[in-house]
Amino acid sequence: MPLLKRIIPCLDVDKGRVVKGVKYVDHVDAGDPVEVAKRYDAQEADEITFLDITASHEERGILLDVVARTAESVFMPLCVGGGVRSLQDIRDLLNAGADKVSIMTAAINNPDLVDEAAAKIGSANLVVAIDAKQVSEPGETPRWEVFTHGGRKATGIDAVEWAARVAEAGAGEILLTSMDRDGTKSGYDLAMLRAVADRITIPVIASGGGGSAADLARALSDGPEGGHCQAALAASIFHFKETTVGEVKAELLAAGIPVRAPAAARG
Amino acid sequence: MGPRIALVDYGAGNLRSVAKALERSGMEPVVTGDPAVVRAADGVLLPGVGAFRDAVNALTKAGLVDVIREVTDHGRPYLGICFGLQLLFEEGEEHGVTPGLGILGGRVTRFPETDEHGEPLVVPHIGWNEVRYAGDHPMLESLPERDVYYFVHSYRPVPTDPSIIVGRADYGGEFTAAVARDNVFAVQFHPEKSQSAGKRLLDAYRVWLEQS
Repeated sequence: MPLLKRIIPCLDVDKGRVVKGVKYVDHVDAGDPVEVAKRYDAQEADEITFLDITASHEERGILLDVVARTAESVFMPLCVGGGVRSLQDIRDLLNAGADKVSIMTAAINNPDLVDEAAAKIGSANLVVAIDAKQVSEPGETPRWEVFTHGGRKATGIDAVEWAARVAEAGAGEILLTSMDRDGTKSGYDLAMLRAVADRITIPVIASGGGGSAADLARALSDGPEGGHCQAALAASIFHFKETTVGEVKAELLAAGIPVRAPAAARG
Repeated sequence: MGPRIALVDYGAGNLRSVAKALERSGMEPVVTGDPAVVRAADGVLLPGVGAFRDAVNALTKAGLVDVIREVTDHGRPYLGICFGLQLLFEEGEEHGVTPGLGILGGRVTRFPETDEHGEPLVVPHIGWNEVRYAGDHPMLESLPERDVYYFVHSYRPVPTDPSIIVGRADYGGEFTAAVARDNVFAVQFHPEKSQSAGKRLLDAYRVWLEQS
């Protein structure tokens, strides 16, 4: 059996609460990240990711408490990102119970942080998140640029080269988000995913634009038109629609993508 | 309460996930860095995160090497997870060659650069992969023939004595995912992160403890 491709629900967390509204009609507290994480654990999601969007760093303690309570409540891997500025921030999250920590702007401001964190905590627990937009005109060779501040601030850095550089520096994984597609449910930017995944030999997690099981299948496909990614992150399809991780996986299996079969199908 | 498990704390990470997983399988975890507590427990679990060299150094600094050597040589049932497996071998090559405890023969080496077809191999090996069990050990009596677990690592053991290999998985060719000898059972994957499959493994550990 090959290594299985991963399906990763992502929750945006602001001051300890899930935002973007998660609709679970039968749930007492849909806004509590711990409760939502437990639901995804029961659905056998392969990992879960928290993206902290709390503006103030002074309120970091709230996130650490959420991470600690989640780590005690689920038996699945937990990745946490957002607002991670230093090696101490990384250590605090790992000590709270995160399995992996993702860094983004801090790596751009201080590329040595990637080397340092990889040496201290091990590459396997270190994710570098890259937000990118296509900057080439139609007809040109496609190019993507790294952006920060939710896609508002250009960095002038080429996304494929940046991925290669942080992989060389010891990043264990790349979380690659298309800011053109994020929130659109129009499908992942397959050309960008493929360009990065083919350039480096660490895992790439597809993010931005996933609106259906078919979109996830394309991001995870190793075929010539696929995204060549090892994992796919998705938010809205699990949060808003009446679909479960298990239902999506059943469709992926039918499409020939190797994922962990839902428990019901394993018997 | 169920069997008391010394969850060895050498200051190298969060042990709450493992403690909760032990409780879920009916055991009583005792997080400890005290050799006397480790010796007195019904079972000993050494988890681990981080690089081989740092983890060996942390264990040495915590004064726990002797008691781990003693337990794994002739003590109560020992369960090693990830680094808790790797440190049993003679040496690891992560961030320079570092000696391990040498209780088991062999080295802990990085996955190859290319797979069996000559294609670049993506490393770290992160995600869910199937382990096939075969061999002779009490744990195997209550485990399924194969199960799917969560892995996150770049290095894996290469034992010199193939008879200690009881679990095999495929990544860039076959590799050793679980080893066993007498009172030692150790796995490269993370049962505490492996949902129902992880619970089956920890349930098997409890059964083994109760029979020992």
